Amino acid sequence: MKVYADHAATTPCDERVVQAMLPYFTEGYGNANSLHAFGRDAAKALADARDTVAKILGCHPNEIYFTSGGTEADNWALKGVALHKRSKGNHVIISSIEHHAILTPAEWLEQNGFRVTRLPVDSTGIVHPEALEEAIDDETTIVSVMYANNEVGTIQPVKELAEIAHKHGALFHTDCVQAIPYMNINVEELGADLVTISGHKIYGPKGSGVLYIRNGVKLDKLICGGGQERSQRAGTVNVPAMVGLAKALELSRVDLDETNKYIASLRDHFEQRVEAEIPYIRQNGNKQHRVPSVANYSFEFVEGEGILMLLDFNGIAVSSGSACSSGSLDPSHVLLAMGVPIEVSHGSIRFSFGKHNTMQEVDYIVNTLKQIISRLRSMSPLFDLKKGGTYNV
Amino acid sequence: MYNQKVLEAFAHPQNVGEIENPDGEGTVGNATCGDIMRITLRIENDVITDAKFQTFGCAAAIATSSTATQMVIGMTVDEALKLTNARVVEELEGLPPQKIHCSVLAEEAIKKAIEDYRAKKENKTIDKSKIEYV
Repeated sequence: MKVYADHAATTPCDERVVQAMLPYFTEGYGNANSLHAFGRDAAKALADARDTVAKILGCHPNEIYFTSGGTEADNWALKGVALHKRSKGNHVIISSIEHHAILTPAEWLEQNGFRVTRLPVDSTGIVHPEALEEAIDDETTIVSVMYANNEVGTIQPVKELAEIAHKHGALFHTDCVQAIPYMNINVEELGADLVTISGHKIYGPKGSGVLYIRNGVKLDKLICGGGQERSQRAGTVNVPAMVGLAKALELSRVDLDETNKYIASLRDHFEQRVEAEIPYIRQNGNKQHRVPSVANYSFEFVEGEGILMLLDFNGIAVSSGSACSSGSLDPSHVLLAMGVPIEVSHGSIRFSFGKHNTMQEVDYIVNTLKQIISRLRSMSPLFDLKKGGTYNV
Repeated sequence: MYNQKVLEAFAHPQNVGEIENPDGEGTVGNATCGDIMRITLRIENDVITDAKFQTFGCAAAIATSSTATQMVIGMTVDEALKLTNARVVEELEGLPPQKIHCSVLAEEAIKKAIEDYRAKKENKTIDKSKIEYV
């Protein structure tokens, strides 16, 4: 049996999305900036895609900028504002649980003379508005806090955070890459000045993203070149990808509540079984404020990579910590920020369910997981110690 | 990321467990680094006749534990002391660069277990040898 339970990493492209994209590879292949008919056709498709996205986000189409993905949009928002407003102040605030697409540009800013504050989170992974009140000052130009976290799924109080940022004259950016698949996002209601979304988390194509920039907000360009995207983001726009993103976003709004309920029912069943049947575990995240897809557990006395690989041997795809950090040996920065002990954080796995998963698949995951955990624990000297071993480590 | 041989050693590790009243035992690593390896040895006339391991760690740590224990069985203690992590990695036909440090643990655990064996043989008290591991 093959089970994909890694939807926070990426999702399969919806067949209807693929169909919508296909004509723009071979027929409507014009450069959207060309003056001829081929170009005009591509420009029309792009304008339609922009209208669709704008309508769903509740903004004007000229506030939508297409990018190569969430990472580019995050980089652009943070670096672009910080650099543009340098004369006003050199302070940037992010949360300690941001995706690397924000963390790493923040480090870059730090290396280039900016002051960066990373807001703490509580043990469930929530950023508290008081922490922002405390950190913000007259020098702060931008505050960036993600709407939903990619590792534990916690939903942040972004509306309150945006209000605090604005009260102090700072702009507010939110990475909505993990929120957009499950939540209705209206930029006005949210009060954000800049919003990142990505296509491939909503059953759309990889290589597609959007940065919403509120009219009147000025930021430096990240990619310089031609005059595409109203001269703000150079490079021939990937028309099929943006058509796909818009189609995926449109489809994701149909039956959103029902889909969320279904995914949550899978996740809840998974959690009930895991918590009842596997001892020495820790559930990571906030069970009230979170997206319906993610379940994150630490399995004590064992290491996440081993769990991930044995699940993979059984056809089950999950992530250990953040998939992006699989190349590094450091445990998840999100779990550490939440105060999960370092040795426990090593044994953490993120399961993220999607609309195509079934209850039968969830049961298969739990049944396999139980065997794997007990097998790895039987090899672990730490588990022996827990059972009353005699040696010291 | 891992080659077939490493995957195989991880999927079907040999010599998992603990020898009762071992002639030598060594525990290295720490939980915060995400790697702990414990090796117990049966040694008769300075020849390793059995070796078992328990490992808390990634797939590379488990694979190297398994392979290293297989390699030392049949070796004299002097030969086993010369076993390097590079030899274990070679036996596994390579590890990803960021996982090489995991193979060092196996080498260290075996060395520590042999030191423990020698200390016991020289009638040093068991308690004293255990203090090192605290």
